[in-house]
Amino acid sequence: MSIPLPPSRALGWIVATVVVLAVLPWVMDPYQTTLFSYGLVMAIAALGFNLLLGYTGLLSFGHSAYFGVGAYAVALIVKYFKITSLEAFIVGGIVASALVSALFGFVCVRYTRIFFGILTMALSQVLWSLAFKFFWVTGGSDGLRVPTPSLLGVSIPPSEDKMTFLAHRYYYYVLVIFVLAAAAMWIIVHSPFGKALQAIRDNETRAEFVGVHVRHYRWIAFVVSGTYTGLAGALWVPLNGLTTPDILHWTFSGEIVFFTVLGGFGTFAGPIVGAIVFNYLKTFAVGYTVYWQMFLGVVLVTLVLALPNGIMGMVARLFPLRAKAPAS
Amino acid sequence: MDTFIVHALTSLLYASVLFLIAGGLSLIYGVMRIVNLAHGNLYAFGAYVSAWAVGVMATRWPTGLLYVLVPLGAVAAAGLGAILEPTLLRPFYRRAEEYQLLVTFGLLLILDDLMRFLWGPYPLSASQLYEAFGSISIGETIYPTYNLVVIAVGALAALGMWAFVYKTQFGVILRATSQNMRMAQALGINVNRVYVQAFTLGCFMAGLGGAVIMPSQGAVLGMGVDALIMAFVVVVIGGLGSLEGALIGAVLVGIVREFGITLFPEIELAVLYLMAAVVLLIRPAGLFGRP
Repeated sequence: MSIPLPPSRALGWIVATVVVLAVLPWVMDPYQTTLFSYGLVMAIAALGFNLLLGYTGLLSFGHSAYFGVGAYAVALIVKYFKITSLEAFIVGGIVASALVSALFGFVCVRYTRIFFGILTMALSQVLWSLAFKFFWVTGGSDGLRVPTPSLLGVSIPPSEDKMTFLAHRYYYYVLVIFVLAAAAMWIIVHSPFGKALQAIRDNETRAEFVGVHVRHYRWIAFVVSGTYTGLAGALWVPLNGLTTPDILHWTFSGEIVFFTVLGGFGTFAGPIVGAIVFNYLKTFAVGYTVYWQMFLGVVLVTLVLALPNGIMGMVARLFPLRAKAPAS
Repeated sequence: MDTFIVHALTSLLYASVLFLIAGGLSLIYGVMRIVNLAHGNLYAFGAYVSAWAVGVMATRWPTGLLYVLVPLGAVAAAGLGAILEPTLLRPFYRRAEEYQLLVTFGLLLILDDLMRFLWGPYPLSASQLYEAFGSISIGETIYPTYNLVVIAVGALAALGMWAFVYKTQFGVILRATSQNMRMAQALGINVNRVYVQAFTLGCFMAGLGGAVIMPSQGAVLGMGVDALIMAFVVVVIGGLGSLEGALIGAVLVGIVREFGITLFPEIELAVLYLMAAVVLLIRPAGLFGRP
């Protein structure tokens, strides 16, 4: 099997981007770099989310569930097994979110459109209410603390403060995983499986006629999507140091939808750009005004009214040669 | 027996408010095929406007007269709806559902903060209206009389909606538009006007729900988001777009919730969400929905 490579023009951009990302901690202050790590983590979630929205045509309003499962899996590993290795966190987060999304997905893929959205939302709220109420396990609304993990068996040296750790070692760790996750997603969406998903998105009946087992494919896409989001959750917890039921609430699912649309769900790179931009936008708005929700709401409404294809859609229109959408 | 009556009344109290919220949501979906994620905010808006009006006049008017101000919340929510539908939602009817959900989610964020901006971060309350009604004793238990008023308002609203939708000419037009928008338009119905009216009516119901429950619970930030999810549970159980369904769903949810709080408080909410999920699995269109 040959691995589909991005077009050579795009390849140059990708290499340049990765180089820029790699030197980032040396030119930006630790706070900015850490902020960027948040953006990369959310970009992993957005990549997963867009496999459903952009490639399969299913709008989930319950992806907070898988992000939260990834995060809580890590917190519970720390609480009950006293393990602080990031590799263990990642494995735990992936396994837990894959299991939960396999279960939820099995139920949800029976529906499409609005019912799919409501069902995913209802199921994510089940988890939210459980995390909220079973405080002796989950810490309730106080959440659970997660200490600084060890990376590849090396724990943080006592001389290094946490900010430096997050801005260097942890940043590179997240960057490597992000690049691997993005590459894997690229292969997925360009594989026959990915093409089948796009066929389902464009015309379900025809896809069924040419022999695509629609529900089964949707289920697999759901599990992959949920697992990506769970991986993001697992990487997010050490960054944040704390997990609370807020990340399981459906409004967080709304944020995931928001940044995917902000970047543009019709392109491969759109959700990545959207997640990073949204992260800055939100941080800026939260720091600038207590009415940051209103600011984000106005951005969202303007976006869907004026720029339904998102940032990357606009870029593609302005520079049609350079940023050709690979997905559509 | 007494405890049973009290539990039953509390279930009905909850069901009344839920019916007002979910009934509006369902009416809007039934006619316009749009799921308004900001619907809960209109409920909160009704509560805030009522609480604010009562608060402003509290020192000037006698308590008895203040009750006149309570329905103001419903009128304000209806007015807000009448402004929002033509300006913000109308461009989205021809576009994919995803965008409709997104624009109403944006609206949710805006309205949430608008209320914080207008009325500040602290809850508003008008508990004097609640206390002035006193209480009645059911056997050994004391039950606040105001709750009975809320139940009565809910019941009257259900009756009123039924009469409105099934016994008036506007109801006929509403149902015709809901069943086949193009055909209704071809027959000379001004669909745009019907949409504004339906949306306004739906918002009025939500605002009324917020207004009548405000004396006992106050107006709190975040009440809208919680209410929306419960309204979703109701309409999913009853069937999106069906008013009968919203009524039955609200009563079911009210009962399950009341007994859940008493018997299994930890998983009370989870049970409700699971109920919705199970109904969706068995009857996707809900108990009363059109498949």
